[in-house]
Amino acid sequence: MIGLYRALKRSGVVGLNARNGTYILPRNSRHLYPLVDDKLRTKALAIEAGMPVPPLYGVIETEHDIGELESMLEPHQQFVIKPAQGSGGDGIIVVVGRMHRRATSYRQVSGNLITIADLQHHVSNTLNGQYSLGGHPDRAMIEYCVRFDPVFDRVSHEGVPDIRVIVYRGVPVMAMLRLPTRMSGGKANLHQGAVGAGVDMATGTTLSGVLGNDVIDEHPDTGHPIHGIAVPQWDVILEAAARSADITGLGYLGVDMVLDRELGPLMLELNARPGLNIQLANRRGLQPRLDTTDREAPLDADINARVAFARARFAHTAHA
Amino acid sequence: MKNRHLVGLVLALSVAGLSMFVYKVTVLGFPVAPGEIADTWTVEAAVSFDAGPGSIRANMYIPTLMPGFTILEENFISRGFGFSSQLAPGGREAEWAVRRATGRQTLYYRAVVYRDPGSRGEDTVPDFPPPPTLDEPFNTAMTVIVEEARAQSADSVSLAAALIRRLNDPSADQNVDLFSRSAATPQERAQTISTLLAGARVPSRVVRGVMLQDQVRDASIVPWLEIYDGNEWMFLDPQTGSRGLPDNFLAWWRGSRPMLHVEGGSDASVSVSVRRNSIDALLLAEARAERRGSRLVEFSPLSLPVQAQAVYSLLLLIPVGALIITLLRNVVGFKTFGTFMPVLIALAFKETELIAGIVLFTLLVSLGLMIRFYLEHLRLLLVPRLSALLIIVVLLMLGVSIIGHKLGFQTGLSVALFPMVILAMTIERMSIVWEERGASEAIQQGLGSLAVAALSFLVMGIAIVQHVVFLFPELLLVILAMTLLLGRYTGYRLLELRRFRALTRPAS
Repeated sequence: MIGLYRALKRSGVVGLNARNGTYILPRNSRHLYPLVDDKLRTKALAIEAGMPVPPLYGVIETEHDIGELESMLEPHQQFVIKPAQGSGGDGIIVVVGRMHRRATSYRQVSGNLITIADLQHHVSNTLNGQYSLGGHPDRAMIEYCVRFDPVFDRVSHEGVPDIRVIVYRGVPVMAMLRLPTRMSGGKANLHQGAVGAGVDMATGTTLSGVLGNDVIDEHPDTGHPIHGIAVPQWDVILEAAARSADITGLGYLGVDMVLDRELGPLMLELNARPGLNIQLANRRGLQPRLDTTDREAPLDADINARVAFARARFAHTAHA
Repeated sequence: MKNRHLVGLVLALSVAGLSMFVYKVTVLGFPVAPGEIADTWTVEAAVSFDAGPGSIRANMYIPTLMPGFTILEENFISRGFGFSSQLAPGGREAEWAVRRATGRQTLYYRAVVYRDPGSRGEDTVPDFPPPPTLDEPFNTAMTVIVEEARAQSADSVSLAAALIRRLNDPSADQNVDLFSRSAATPQERAQTISTLLAGARVPSRVVRGVMLQDQVRDASIVPWLEIYDGNEWMFLDPQTGSRGLPDNFLAWWRGSRPMLHVEGGSDASVSVSVRRNSIDALLLAEARAERRGSRLVEFSPLSLPVQAQAVYSLLLLIPVGALIITLLRNVVGFKTFGTFMPVLIALAFKETELIAGIVLFTLLVSLGLMIRFYLEHLRLLLVPRLSALLIIVVLLMLGVSIIGHKLGFQTGLSVALFPMVILAMTIERMSIVWEERGASEAIQQGLGSLAVAALSFLVMGIAIVQHVVFLFPELLLVILAMTLLLGRYTGYRLLELRRFRALTRPAS
């Protein structure tokens, strides 16, 4: 066991305690958390900074507003309902179509049909804080359902694949592509069963993937290799990630990006406590990159310089 | 910088907690193990005499300076006698007096003493004794013996030892013979040595006492020698000249006067009996603390009313549970429903016992979950839903108790001790995890919580843990220090070793 401990230390794996104690506590002031915990505030910040985000269709703030839900949804065929302060992808409903029989039914991304009453109950639970951190009263947001870029079609099952970038002190240090599976129910969260694939910071091409805690090379549902897919507009993604750190002031940040086939890379949400599975997906520990950033990165330079630093120093071949 | 601050704080807390703990254990003799028994000795002096025609006054020495022992309690039993005690030359004296009495009278003095390594025969510094005035040929013989002994010794104690050796020497010269002939009994012998030491201007005295042995009637009075070496009193066996005091020697009085002196009575005798008793070491510690004027006992849970003590004996276990939770979550990496839910469940287990507790908990949570799944269909708002769940949990608890009672299953009654709000929240969170992450994740976390609760229960149930935290609440400072340290533990959690083990192999 001691040997395993040493081996992990040698490969520079950051554990939960180290993430919390060494990086999150000192680098992320608590007063900044609401900026990222509330997705509506994040969206507002991003729009202010000119970053592309999925367009917002509407917000439901009170039980009374729920009555207007149906009319609010009327003009949209596809939409996503999510809690503004949700965590871990819980409480998100993705509707991709509609069906008219006796009453209107909404088709979820999984193919299940749900009624407006189901949606209303869901929104009510959301308002009451069922999905929010600490059970606080929350708001429900209805936004554009990303129509993802076909580049990932063969390696994802339903849902929206997204790209998670860890940004440390304004420098993107590690990234992974998260691919929904049948098991994850179309969600891109690793702990719900999505596949994570490491991404080479220099080139934006994918490495092998991870499912749960196991390393895999093919998507479990489609059987296509995960390895070697070039993520389009990689430089734009890295820039957006670095900018997200600037607009929030968080020193240790997870940035979730999606690729829309028309709108290009969109910033979906930010996370002040990003998970550690990204290390498994990349088969690399975060520690050496965080140390390199602490020692050598041009922390005060502009976004382009920081992104250039990341691409130069954190290439997959260079073991740093 | 921040770390230094924390380390300082942790050290300060640990030192404060541990030093108080060590003081209470070593100096006040608080028992570390539960139910520890301490020895005490009951010594009883029975004084009896025939009453004379007039007024009677009986004086008897009673123990006062007892190296190695302390009096726990003492009492004086007499009928019709006036009683007082005072300090007298050679020790403390009990005085019984009566104007008129008839027949044989018996008076008792009884003391309970305990071994107390901290108690020393502290005393004032004596003057140099005046040279004894002896008749010839004793005076000359003394001078010769002292001179010879002085030549063979380095200090007062070795001088005394040399004198004893000379007196013991069978092939002694006539000077020695003169003294040893007149010192037949041990008492006389000790007195003789003290006289000779006075001749050498060495302060000394004879201390008389009894050897503490179980069940001794009519214990003999044993003389011992005390010699002042300029700093402190040293002890010497008057028979062999060896240094030190036997462990079980209880000093009673000092000097050459008899133990008992009766005026106005005749045929007086005193007999000392000794008995060993055992008492709870805790009672002894409390008595000791009181004697020392220590406030530590006054400001401990022991000073509370018994009912409050019972509450605190339970409450003081919670920090132990919290430490276990911290260890299991941050060092091992367990996941539980609610941070402290397992500790509260573990406390409930204390009443129900482990197996019954686990069965009851599982039963309540399963029933609650089933009802919760039904409630889901009703589409209730969150707060009313939680309230409904709480009401249902209370009803379930009542139902389990009543049915258990009817079936003669008394453990069912203790289900009332489960923290119902915690139970309701557990059911709620478990059902949400069940819906969102699937049954296996929910059951896994539920079992994890139960395992942590069982583990906390086992640790909190260890008799010595309960005893120690209640008797030494200052150790909570040490527990606090440990949790503070754990708060800066940034190493891996044990379960992460498994989670990240793929990363220990070289990357492809």
